[in-house]
Amino acid sequence: MSNKFISHEKLRDWLEDLSARFEVWAPVNTGQDAKGVVVYRPFVRDGALEFARKPVESAKHTVFPRSETLVNFKTGAKDGKPALELHVPEDPPARAVFGLPSCDARGFQIFDPVYNGSGTQGLARDNYYLRRRNATVLIVKACSKVLNTCFCNWVGGGPACTEGADVLATELPDGFILAQVTARGEAALGSALLAPASDSQEKQARKLHEEAGAALCAPPDLSASVSALRGKFDDSAFWEAEASKCLSCGACTYLCPTCYCFNITDEARGVLGARIRSWDACMLPLFTMEASGHNPRTGKIQRLRNRIGHKFSYYPSLHNGRIACCGCGRCIKSCPSSVDIRRIVTDAIGITGTAGLKEQKNG
Amino acid sequence: MAIHEQLKKIILDTLPGVECVIGWGPGQDALHGSPVFMRKPEDVDSFMDTPLGAFGAVNNLALFLPELSGKKVGVVVKGCDSRSIVQLVAEKLIKREEVVIIGFPCEGAADLTKIEKALPEGREAGEVTGAAIVGETLKLSLGSEEISLGLADIKADKCTRCKTPGAVISDAFAGIAGKAPEVRDEYADLAALEAMSLDERFKFWEREMSRCIRCYACRNACPLCVCRDHCVAGSRSPHWITQTDSTRDKLMFQIIHATHLAGRCTGCGECQRACPAGIPVLLLKRTFNRGVAEIFGYDAGMDTEATPPLLTFQVEEAHIKEREWQ
Ligand code: SF4
Ligand code: SF4
Ligand code: SF4
Ligand code: SF4
Repeated sequence: MSNKFISHEKLRDWLEDLSARFEVWAPVNTGQDAKGVVVYRPFVRDGALEFARKPVESAKHTVFPRSETLVNFKTGAKDGKPALELHVPEDPPARAVFGLPSCDARGFQIFDPVYNGSGTQGLARDNYYLRRRNATVLIVKACSKVLNTCFCNWVGGGPACTEGADVLATELPDGFILAQVTARGEAALGSALLAPASDSQEKQARKLHEEAGAALCAPPDLSASVSALRGKFDDSAFWEAEASKCLSCGACTYLCPTCYCFNITDEARGVLGARIRSWDACMLPLFTMEASGHNPRTGKIQRLRNRIGHKFSYYPSLHNGRIACCGCGRCIKSCPSSVDIRRIVTDAIGITGTAGLKEQKNG
Repeated sequence: MAIHEQLKKIILDTLPGVECVIGWGPGQDALHGSPVFMRKPEDVDSFMDTPLGAFGAVNNLALFLPELSGKKVGVVVKGCDSRSIVQLVAEKLIKREEVVIIGFPCEGAADLTKIEKALPEGREAGEVTGAAIVGETLKLSLGSEEISLGLADIKADKCTRCKTPGAVISDAFAGIAGKAPEVRDEYADLAALEAMSLDERFKFWEREMSRCIRCYACRNACPLCVCRDHCVAGSRSPHWITQTDSTRDKLMFQIIHATHLAGRCTGCGECQRACPAGIPVLLLKRTFNRGVAEIFGYDAGMDTEATPPLLTFQVEEAHIKEREWQ
């Protein structure tokens, strides 16, 4: 299929058109001024769409909500015995996410083997995840600039990488050029509002992709991370030095497009209640708290070691070497203490002073 | 000798007697600093080795003291940070003799949010590739573009109302502490909020709190928030806060935090700085701070011997004329 084009003037018409078939989400400035915080929100025509600044959060919650009801329940009695009525919520609506960066879309590829059964020999199929995942179209917007914290190219991605994308959008001065990537993407592109893209527009898009790719620093070789981090597991001095400044909050994990852990709690009022699945994070102390009161990860040092080890060693050793980080840089950018995951991994491998990091130190 | 060099010398002299000295070192880019735990003399090289120098010393390092209690540590402080230490000592949360406090005459610290807001539309702080302070301006490069910002415009708000630019207490001090400035906190930020109708104010908080991801960076960045691993917001026992994605409960947590900090908060602003969602949570704390100042005449973090008013009980409060209530 040839690529499509939508002008800036008609963008909202098209998103409105899409809204007839999908619940459309897009990055929105939700703050009080032109530099307010950009997060993903359901599209509304007069919303403050923003594509210039990278959303602070990843698009993870569009497929994996912060909190979701697994089942509603009602307790009671029948024939003198306790009885339980269960009600599973209806299927969520089909979604289209417009304007997410490539790293966010790649994040779901790290979720997939954990929840679709492929990485667990069919043992674990998370239908709550899958029904959302399979009903979501990801319209990636190629990044036109890279931030100091971006390192998607260290882990196999790039500013215009199509892995994980259903459609790739590239912003030109007058609108977006839209390239279909997967069969699922076709559903989003069937609109009379879209014009065919011209050759010169295609050329402009390719040029932008190349420029953004070239703006990233050369990636170091991370192939030793699996063994290096395993080797460092018991090196408490190493982890103490790396973790001293960590506050043990949940900012890094909750902003991360690849952190997929959750907690399940029951909340009831009288006879009515719900079983809720909500995000959890290995940086929080309760994550490993056992029923006995024993906590095997006693402090932030063990918790940070797990977060880094999981992404760059344990996950890849279970999933064909794939690193469970897509290099979006959000955990670095929003960490109140500037804990830099790149530095920890390169320190562990012993390639401290990696080009990209050194250059950035003093600008 | 520049302040930064004097500080390095003091740190080197302090190191042999302590577990580590906590200071500021380079962060991920030209604009960011980051806490650095100096354990060996060579670690001191990175101290303030950043384009922003002392102006980039934003983190309040008093935060790390309670978790290190039992060990002797050194810590470099801005004036506001020293107030957190005073308050921690007053509440017996740390032992004075376990901390070596190193002060310097602080001229204010950067507010990264203000820097981002001052950049041209659509540009963000993560695009800044270089920075240098020249006189009273911060010169930034964004690739080939050059931008100059006045330091006064990008200083944290707390710096403009600071009464303690030198440390309130210290064991060593680099340079000479200037005279304490004559400033009065007019709570102008609160006036703007309070000018809104109740309905508007509620909408304001709903809109702001709707971005909350419940990461609790606000809580964990607060040097006085010491329950940490035993917080009421935990999802297990006592499970007081719902796990549903409820804006009201997120605001509820902020009110709990503010209430627990009433009469203890020194207004260091770390809670708000830490928030990745840019939520102005400091406004809630400042509302309590103003109230505590009016009712009890107490300003947290000024006197290690003081008893914080809400941690004690008086049969007759000097400023609360209960007997006169009708
Ligand atoms: S690395 Fe940063 S964001 Fe993550 S838990 Fe530690 S302080 Fe919080
Ligand atoms: S670990 Fe950090 S850089 Fe990697 S995907 Fe998660 S938030 Fe992004
Ligand atoms: S509540 Fe905020 S301003 Fe007050 S002491 Fe804690 S971090 Fe500082
Ligand atoms: S730091 Fe911000 S986003 Fe995180 S819990 Fe606090 S208010 Fe919410």
